[in-house]
Amino acid sequence: MAQPEPLVVLDHVDKHFGALHVLKDVSLTVRRGEVVVVIGPSGSGKSTLCRTINRLETIESGTITVDGQPLPAEGKGLAKLRADVGMVFQSFNLFAHRTVLQNVTLGLRKVRKIGAGEAEERAMALLERVGVASQADKLPAQLSGGQQQRVAIARALAMEPKVMLFDEPTSALDPEMINEVLDVMTALAAEGMTMVVVTHEMGFARRAADRVVFMDGGAIVEEADPETFFTAPKSERARDFLSKILTH
Amino acid sequence: MDLFADNLPAYLSGFVVTLQLTALSGAFALVWGTVLAAMRVSPVATLRGIAVTYVELLRNTPLTLVFFFLVFVAPQFGVLPPLGFWTAVIALSAYTSAFVAEAVRSGINAVPLGQAEAARAIGLTFGQTLGLVVLPQAVRSVIPPLINVLIALTKNTSVAAGFAVVELLAAGRRIALANPSEAMLALAGVGVFYLIITIPAGLLAGVLERKVAFAR
Ligand SMILES: Nc1ncnc2c1ncn2[C@@H]1O[C@H](COP(=O)(O)OP(=O)(O)O)[C@@H](O)[C@H]1O
Ligand SMILES: [Mg+2]
Repeated sequence: MAQPEPLVVLDHVDKHFGALHVLKDVSLTVRRGEVVVVIGPSGSGKSTLCRTINRLETIESGTITVDGQPLPAEGKGLAKLRADVGMVFQSFNLFAHRTVLQNVTLGLRKVRKIGAGEAEERAMALLERVGVASQADKLPAQLSGGQQQRVAIARALAMEPKVMLFDEPTSALDPEMINEVLDVMTALAAEGMTMVVVTHEMGFARRAADRVVFMDGGAIVEEADPETFFTAPKSERARDFLSKILTH
Repeated sequence: MDLFADNLPAYLSGFVVTLQLTALSGAFALVWGTVLAAMRVSPVATLRGIAVTYVELLRNTPLTLVFFFLVFVAPQFGVLPPLGFWTAVIALSAYTSAFVAEAVRSGINAVPLGQAEAARAIGLTFGQTLGLVVLPQAVRSVIPPLINVLIALTKNTSVAAGFAVVELLAAGRRIALANPSEAMLALAGVGVFYLIITIPAGLLAGVLERKVAFAR
């Protein structure tokens, strides 16, 4: 069977923060419908990798394409591309001055130019889907972390993105709220959404990921299917890392 | 007290001119200063450069010099009428906008970066991100310092007296010259009129500042 076409392609990407070489010759292909989990020690460049895909971080060399298109430079073209690439942040970043419903309708109204009535309908359907419809009229600060993150997922989904990026979506949550967010993500993966997920949740990786990418020191050290990666990692660094996160 | 009763119309007409200078220059400075602040945080390096240069230049130049420049230098390039109300409005707006820009910029910087990133991530343009997400959240913290900028503007309108605009100070000076024995009193009257604007504004700034602090 032919493999699905590539949707996100990073080709020999390099990036520095000043003297710090944060992405070292990174190449990664994410195919349509694929779920890729990115794992690795703190500071290894996982967030930066994620953020280069919608150009929240610029790169110095190499190329990144989304659905065949190279990332445009700053401007209208870039804004249009970002609408097609959903992003979920560790710290939720819901618009603090707007209600939950308005958080979801804003992009529909201002980016997709959809009328108020239809935007609200669609937003409510999404809030329903992530289980926070009853909170629609509250401000983000009145919600629990788990609820806020689910709203953030709904906000990103509202744009009907081609791919969703998740940067440690459960790391800021109290333990009892982690699963409600992972459940939404697992359902999304099952529906065929293309996803890049930075996470240390091995349960999620095993359940939902097609592939695990292990990063260390700004480079991709190892790529494998989840079962292989967690049971028989090839590299010394991956073994070392796994032993550390598994022992507690 | 006859001095005030006799000269009330002169005081009032000067006071009205001061109010007009403050209101018009304040409105222009708010608009232009907000544009400058937007330029300073824009992704376009040229715009940032222009805004930084403008703000630093105007903020660090004595206001009188800005007036002198407009009144004596600009006309040589055939631009402006040498004296008058509108020249004063332009000088005051140009100068005050630099302080407005700084106040707005610090308000923008007080909004967590994640807010703008989330806005850009759903495909909002730079202008939409600023107008729909960042500025509405910056307003709370920007209003108290802006009121202080407007208080300074109110007092700064008196510089226009030196350039043939008969605002409050110029009116007071005329009254003082006509009544040399009561000159001190005449000028104290001028002070009272300024305080009518600046004290309530200062109190308002204080109240709002406490409100903002409380909301944090
Ligand atoms: N905006 C920035 N400026 C300077 N250094 C940064 C910036 N963002 C991240 N870094 C550094 O780049 C490295 C990689 O960061 P990051 O991608 O956040 O790693 P991870 O998400 O894997 O923990 C770290 O050393 C971090 O301190
Ligand atoms: Mg990170």
